[in-house]
Amino acid sequence: MAVCKSYAVSLLGLNGTIVEIEAEISSNLPSFVLVGLPDASLSEARDRVRSAAHNSSLSLPGRRVTVNLSPAAVPKRGAIFDLAIAMAIFAADSKVRPDSVIEWVHLGELGLDGTLRGVAGILPSVLAAKRAGYSKVIVPIENLAEAQMVSGVQAMGASNLASVAAFHGARVKAVALVHSPVVATEPPGADHIELDLGDVIGQDDAVDALTIAAAGGHHMLLIGPPGAGKTMLAERLPSILPPQTHEEALETAALKSIAAIGGVINASALSRGRPFESPHHSASLVSLIGGGASFPRPGLVSLANNGVLFLDEAPEFQRSFLEALRQPLESGEVLIHRSSGVARFPARFQLIMAANPCPCGNFSGQARACVCVPSARLAYLNKLSGPLLDRIDVRLRLQAAKPAQLALASLGARQVGRSSTEVRNMVLMARERASRRLSGTPWVVNAHVPGSYLRRHLRLDSEIARPLNLALDRGKLSMRGYDRCVRLAWSSADLAGSDSVRAEDVAKAISLRGGDQVTSW
Amino acid sequence: MNLRQDLGRYGEDRAAIYLEDLGYEIVDRNWRSASGEIDLIAAESGRIVFVEVKTRNGSGYGHPFEAITPDKVVRMRRLAAEWCAQKQASGVRIRLDAISVLISGGRVSIEHLKQVF
Repeated sequence: MAVCKSYAVSLLGLNGTIVEIEAEISSNLPSFVLVGLPDASLSEARDRVRSAAHNSSLSLPGRRVTVNLSPAAVPKRGAIFDLAIAMAIFAADSKVRPDSVIEWVHLGELGLDGTLRGVAGILPSVLAAKRAGYSKVIVPIENLAEAQMVSGVQAMGASNLASVAAFHGARVKAVALVHSPVVATEPPGADHIELDLGDVIGQDDAVDALTIAAAGGHHMLLIGPPGAGKTMLAERLPSILPPQTHEEALETAALKSIAAIGGVINASALSRGRPFESPHHSASLVSLIGGGASFPRPGLVSLANNGVLFLDEAPEFQRSFLEALRQPLESGEVLIHRSSGVARFPARFQLIMAANPCPCGNFSGQARACVCVPSARLAYLNKLSGPLLDRIDVRLRLQAAKPAQLALASLGARQVGRSSTEVRNMVLMARERASRRLSGTPWVVNAHVPGSYLRRHLRLDSEIARPLNLALDRGKLSMRGYDRCVRLAWSSADLAGSDSVRAEDVAKAISLRGGDQVTSW
Repeated sequence: MNLRQDLGRYGEDRAAIYLEDLGYEIVDRNWRSASGEIDLIAAESGRIVFVEVKTRNGSGYGHPFEAITPDKVVRMRRLAAEWCAQKQASGVRIRLDAISVLISGGRVSIEHLKQVF
């Protein structure tokens, strides 16, 4: 009896390795040996495969079955190998055609009754298979939609073991494999807008700041009393950002796929809309940054990749998390080191932090008086450390909307509020202008351009830069703050459709940037 | 004798005929000691072969070989040593085999595994 092979994928982070599964049936008393660095849930594949085969009228041979997963040095985890193991055994037992089995990559978990269950990480696995030169995959039917996001790969969906075996030539009664996914709800289109910027009453300055932040990809800090609309504004940022490119959407969905609990991501995860994650401040460090015992999973910062990470009540978050944010803010990725290896998860998000001005929330609010002692007020915002704030370009103080504005809005006189679609078009044009200016560099948005490049290639006219130089001379602005102001000024100029930074852009940048100390303004 | 024993007896008979057809000489049958029983003991080209026979009617309880557990194999090795000691057959080459007799739908199929240790 020959050795037969099948293929599956082992994931570490977003990177996958093709795993070759060899099965041999030898003339010896029945036993099932699984070798090649399996973890606990993979070792249980023996029992799942045995029962699933039996209940699909395809019993395992009454001989010794040896299954080897190679390369043996790559740690393998989870139930995703079940289907491939079963196929390798059936091929070795001449129940299916071995030449047909090795043409396909098999991914999926088996139930005891032979049903094929959806698993997490299908999308990155299919991407890895494609990179390794395999272009045909069979996946659980629930995961077919994500597998088919990968272009150039033929993906088929199966609902049970018998279907796959029959596809490879086994003589069992089974339903055929399916080519197109059964999707309950289509993913919403890129233009789908649920929360519209036009809903915001008053707050013209804030909408303006949000638009500039969207155009340049700048991080933001919003400080204002409760009810000023901080959350409302932040939630509407994705609606004015340009839709994700196909590559970005693929990356976003791949991260969601790994993190999917229960193995199946919902249709909206496959859309082109930008992700928006707003963790509660009690969240654990691992859930935010990523991690997990031995096999790393992406955290919320990675799920917000290519989108928006919103930290409401930012000073209430653990200090350790706020400091841990500095790595992704700087490098756009998170590295997680575990015994099984190093996982690299992208985490290039636009950060929006919201905070009350003080623990009671009313400091500098107009109507109610603040009851906090000055030391409490100072300690509150000081939780946002200097190095973190240094990476925030836009710092905005909000006031609650005035009764007159509310009254006007209720009369239907929404004369100023621009709709998200309108603002998104402005942002798209501004980004286009910026990317034209930055063509030939690795950066696409202003926020990512380093200061050295700005000073060398995009020098401001000395007359226009005078207010900035003055602030620098007087020590009101650090050198880094200076660079941040220049970036904001460029974003403002891009939005205005200007090819160079004007004096008013610099003025706007200075007002948006604020001082170096949040507690001092 | 009950039905189960009848079935076992029938399977052993079939296995013995099968081995004789292959040119084995049956040396002993149902040899017992305090620690158990060896179903068949045969000689083939100077080698003593100890055979465990498993008989099943229908495959509802899995393959007959699945009933031969690692414990059973260990016991067979010990019994083989005891048999050799009793027959003063030292220095002979031995082998442990398993034979399954599967009866289903009026047909009997025999499978023979050699050297199952």
